[in-house]
Amino acid sequence: MLGKTAAGLFWMFRFLERSENTARLVDAGFRIALTRSAAAEAEWASIINTAGVRQGFLERYDAFNAANVIDYLLRDRDNPSSVMSVIGNARTNARMVRTALTREVWEATNEGWMTIRDLLKRPVSENGLPDILATIRRQNALVRGALTGTMMQNDVYNFAHLGIFIERADNTARILDVKYYVLLPSVSYVGSSLDNVQWETILRSVSAQRAYRWLSDGTANPRQIADLIILDKRMPRSLAFCAGQISEHLGFLAQAYGNEMPSHDLARAHVKRLADHSIESIFESGLHGVLSDFIGRNNALGQQIERDYRFYG
Amino acid sequence: MANRPDVFDEMHGSGEACRSPYSGYADWFQRQGAQSLRKKSRDAEVFFRRTGITFNVYGQQEAEERLIPFDIVPRIISGREWSRLTRGIEQRVRAINAFLHDMYHRQEILRSGRIPVDVIAANAAFLPQMIGVEPPGGIYTHIVGIDIVRTGEDEFFVLEDNARTPSGVSYMLENRETMLRMFPELFSRVAVREVSNYPKLLRRSLAACAPPGCSGSPVVAVLTPGIHNSAYFEHAFLADQMGVELVEGQDLQLVDGRIAMRTTRGYTPIDVLYRRVDDDFLDPMSFNPDSQLGVPGLMDVYRAGGITVANAPGTGIADDKAIYSYMPDIIQFYTGESAILKNVPTWRCAEPDALAYVLEHLDELVVKEVHGSGGYGMLVGPAASKREISAFADKLKSRPGNYIAQPTLALSTVPVLTKAGLAPRHVDLRPFVLVSPGKIEITPGGLTRVAMKAGSLVVNSSQGGGTKDTWVLEE
Repeated sequence: MLGKTAAGLFWMFRFLERSENTARLVDAGFRIALTRSAAAEAEWASIINTAGVRQGFLERYDAFNAANVIDYLLRDRDNPSSVMSVIGNARTNARMVRTALTREVWEATNEGWMTIRDLLKRPVSENGLPDILATIRRQNALVRGALTGTMMQNDVYNFAHLGIFIERADNTARILDVKYYVLLPSVSYVGSSLDNVQWETILRSVSAQRAYRWLSDGTANPRQIADLIILDKRMPRSLAFCAGQISEHLGFLAQAYGNEMPSHDLARAHVKRLADHSIESIFESGLHGVLSDFIGRNNALGQQIERDYRFYG
Repeated sequence: MANRPDVFDEMHGSGEACRSPYSGYADWFQRQGAQSLRKKSRDAEVFFRRTGITFNVYGQQEAEERLIPFDIVPRIISGREWSRLTRGIEQRVRAINAFLHDMYHRQEILRSGRIPVDVIAANAAFLPQMIGVEPPGGIYTHIVGIDIVRTGEDEFFVLEDNARTPSGVSYMLENRETMLRMFPELFSRVAVREVSNYPKLLRRSLAACAPPGCSGSPVVAVLTPGIHNSAYFEHAFLADQMGVELVEGQDLQLVDGRIAMRTTRGYTPIDVLYRRVDDDFLDPMSFNPDSQLGVPGLMDVYRAGGITVANAPGTGIADDKAIYSYMPDIIQFYTGESAILKNVPTWRCAEPDALAYVLEHLDELVVKEVHGSGGYGMLVGPAASKREISAFADKLKSRPGNYIAQPTLALSTVPVLTKAGLAPRHVDLRPFVLVSPGKIEITPGGLTRVAMKAGSLVVNSSQGGGTKDTWVLEE
């Protein structure tokens, strides 16, 4: 496979993943804004922080209100992380690697882009928002379905998944990192209950509210929430799950290519670092520190993969 | 429907009766409701958009990718007509290859005086770097598109030869795919010859032209200028259908005397490069030094026999419009036969008598730039205003050698589906030819381009033309 093709696949799926994560973030913010208007501004600000676009946002707007944030995160082409920008980038990358994709995957990507582009032509009203967010997630699900249903499970498949899980790991870690203060104060004394709306938001932004209901007794327990999102290997957006998937797909590449690269060592270390932790030790050594360390390692691993497989020559 | 009496309609001939190649289709068509046909027509557009069969228009940076309009009424050619066409095309393609070999070797045809030396000496498409080079297998034009127009029952003319990097074959394939999807029942009623194995034949044909030193299965790759090129869809489509890599200049590098592509596992040498990049951009060390699209050192490797470049660099001298007018002589010279397919009569404006005639008759002629393509920079006399004609006359007088002129042919029409039912529109045809050592293969069909405006003779997609599926019937 061409190095350029590996790069195109990696980024195509990173961008698609990012569009879905952004949609989920906006959804979580929207819920909070609906339920408690007093805190809405702070919530929207924290969502802008999580998306990593604070500076760009403040260059354009003065206030963190729903209309501004929704427009900036969904439609603004000057925002490189807006849904509009990233699905455009995903499609451009898909065109570049068209020869590595099945017709089904390409058409799902192209159709998704056309659908979402049309939906986002005009500013999004609050009434229309839930539908649009659902569509963004559904279109992503179609691409992923076509990917697993029609593609050979070879290096093409592995580079696509490396993109998905590097992006997802980064996103989950950042959601937690922006919100960790919500979990912290109450961790210190047993039996405290969390601010319900806040923890709902965290769970909702990683689609884990249902999982949490089934795994816990239903009360908000910060340890259990953090454990689920950081260490639970069954949860498809947890840090441990993502790190494990990255390592696994790199393992398939090593098998197919007959050799390991420096990124394999990094990936193993990434997995081990999490495995060595218990949720207690994470809170003891400091949640923020652990998350920052994870984000840094995850980025370094992504860059090492780009070098090892000659993405850019 | 009303046909102009002086125009040959391929469905109805010059009268009302249906010509026999169309009888099966016409039977079927009669039983279709207007509404359901229009719905199919819209479905086709959705299908094309979803598939991403789009093209970019040059000079329109901001423009969205555009769809070439597709018309659902097929253009139908009988088996008998087709076999006559193929004989003429084969002859022409053989002559073109012989001509190119001669031009870059002994130049016998110039010595014989059949073609004036000026036509070659002043030709920018002639590449001195190719003099004396033996392309692998002796093939210069691996892929050729011959543009053919029709004016009557037995009147076919070659309008243009495309010997550089002819495009459009992906539309031939996707148009058929679309028709099969939308009208499966039609194909069980009418026996239409297959086009779908073109990519397989293309790969085999390219592989057969691998350099002599190549052992094992040749590594083939398609070289594209990149995703912003107007024909990018086709480049990706062909690479995908052949199952070979689609590369850009930045993926390639000179490694141990070979041109190799950067893969996730290191560099892999390429044996055959199907390039869709113009000569001038192929190798900054030999041609345009600013080119980012090619590979430095490609020409050295090529001359040393380390890679096949398809089509060979320098084939443009066989297809410019000044050479075109000599085609009947060229065919006679190399094959000893007279041309089976006629040329459109052509005035070379470089010649004073011809220029005088052309200036007199601008309102009835089509004048084209010698090196132009895509329908840009041409004058269609009968459709032009007085002012356009006089402006063009000035251009013509200042650089007569830059132009040729042809009579406005009454191009045949084929019906298209309009809101008001069937209506005749002018068409041309580009069959695609594959050349490998000892073999010339012509896919039965080709790309039918159709002017979507009533009366218009301009079929180019860059000027709003559309396409049709082209059927060649089993004999």
